[in-house]
Amino acid sequence: MSNAPALLAAGQHFRTARISGLAFVRQYPRVAAAAAFVGLLFLVALLAPLIAPHDPLAVHPDDSYLPPLSPSHLLGTDELGRDLFSRVLWGARVSLPVAFVAVAVGLVAGGIIGLVSGYAGGTTDLLLMRFIDALLAFPGLILAIGLVAALGPGLRNAMIAIGIVAIPIYARLVRAQVLQLKQMEFITATRSLGARPLRLVLRHILPNLMNPVLVQVSLSAGFAILAEATLSFLGLGAQVPTPDWGQMINSGRTFLNNDAWLAIVPGAAISVTVFSFNWLGDALRDALDPRLRT
Amino acid sequence: MTTYVLRRLLLMLPVAFLVTVGVFMLIHLTPGDPALILLGEDRSPQAIADIHKQLGLDKPIYVQYGLWLGRMAHGDLGRSITTHQPVSAAITERLPATLELGIVALLWSLAVAIPLGTIAAVRRGSALDYLASGITVAGVSVPNFFIGVVLIFVLSVSLRLFPFGGYIPFATNPIESLRHVVLPAIALGTAGAAINMRFTRSSMIEVLNNDYVRTAWAKGASWRRVVFIHALKNALIPVVTVVGLQIGGIIEGAVVTETVFTWPGVGRLAVESIADRDYTIVQGIVLLAAFSYMFANLLVDLVYAWLDPRISYA
Repeated sequence: MSNAPALLAAGQHFRTARISGLAFVRQYPRVAAAAAFVGLLFLVALLAPLIAPHDPLAVHPDDSYLPPLSPSHLLGTDELGRDLFSRVLWGARVSLPVAFVAVAVGLVAGGIIGLVSGYAGGTTDLLLMRFIDALLAFPGLILAIGLVAALGPGLRNAMIAIGIVAIPIYARLVRAQVLQLKQMEFITATRSLGARPLRLVLRHILPNLMNPVLVQVSLSAGFAILAEATLSFLGLGAQVPTPDWGQMINSGRTFLNNDAWLAIVPGAAISVTVFSFNWLGDALRDALDPRLRT
Repeated sequence: MTTYVLRRLLLMLPVAFLVTVGVFMLIHLTPGDPALILLGEDRSPQAIADIHKQLGLDKPIYVQYGLWLGRMAHGDLGRSITTHQPVSAAITERLPATLELGIVALLWSLAVAIPLGTIAAVRRGSALDYLASGITVAGVSVPNFFIGVVLIFVLSVSLRLFPFGGYIPFATNPIESLRHVVLPAIALGTAGAAINMRFTRSSMIEVLNNDYVRTAWAKGASWRRVVFIHALKNALIPVVTVVGLQIGGIIEGAVVTETVFTWPGVGRLAVESIADRDYTIVQGIVLLAAFSYMFANLLVDLVYAWLDPRISYA
């Protein structure tokens, strides 16, 4: 009991440790590089209306199937004469918000379930975890496809479906962390000093489980972009004429004989984006948990 | 072990119950009245009421669920809304094509992952290791439908080495069947190869640090013997878990790959059924996918316990 304040202080110190930007780059060059790349992608999505040379929806039948590096069309044009470079840039404005919303749905719902389950324990934990087990029993993409098939195709429903798929991952992760933290001395000390459960969870448990959650956010953003592209490829996500990468590959693959770039360019855009999120997740995991450096 | 198997089966029951509730509810989430989908233009109130009675839609939802569960227990998943074929027959017809694709994809993923993962672990920190790590992240980042499109473009359209689609049953013409399955199997198995490679590498690194491996080195055993006879066998135990889950997830991957390669399997049936709003078929496939995944999980746990006697499930 007597060392409770010291333990609390230790907990606080762990949470509030800060390093300067330059020191961070020196200490974690992989994280910094990956984060910079992801930041660049967000910047592209944000500035697409300013940097895209053409309207991504403007149809020009006379300019159809122009090859890459054509005058005024860097990546060429599609079957309707729409500028491919502009469509790819605008595609980021579809994929990244979908990933953001889907991850938010999974994180908030899964996080709350995990927190309640881990903290309350007993019957609450048992019931909530059976529900999570049932969600985990569905292969992710099949669950997303089933939900979108039931709710109807479209970007909004695709976001909800991908978010629901992410719920069990966050619920399991947060629950495991809460169970571990509950046993730690600084939590026992805080509780013995009379902290209410809500304060204990929000002020002491929540901030200390952010590291693994941060890694998962990056990895599941990659998954969300991949899943959205897949749903759109199957005609269940973004609908025509929205400039969406998955949908662009689907329409482009019919022209592989002569105009393969129509499918290859958006495919490369998805791959680079998902790669950068996975790279960031990997780098964060290595940086935050040195035990996993193998 | 028997106690563990029984306990594991008992634990599966509530999950299986919730899965059936979820799958049953899928069709009830669907906007609109299923009777209107079935009837098309002929929408007289009497016809709608008849369909409701025929499908049991006039009963309370828990009664509908009970009836559906009872029929399902007898293997009756209902009839296709569009073709009126029994759902179980429609799925069974397409299953061999999906299984053939899934098995070849799995073999491809293991053929790539185990040697590369092992070499990356043995030569840890080398350029080859970094290359393998890069391939791993890239493998899980590139969508399998895009891999399919690139394979069709390079190996089929440009080099004309493989046909770009279609399915020939193995029993009809084994050589042609294999030629047709190569590209879709590579597309489907590449992400699995990346994941398996990662697991093989990290597990191998751990095993190579064990005392018994050090003893084998000290006794003068050749590196081939140490790596392939002593270490690899134990290093593959965690890989079994992942591979088991990949077997359970064959249908999931097949949905997209079969669409790209016009492969007449269960995955393509799912996509066609969604387009046709044939919800009974979609429901059947989702149920099959979920139960395959659940049983794969169970099998993985059992095989894991059998492979590694140190694991205690008491």
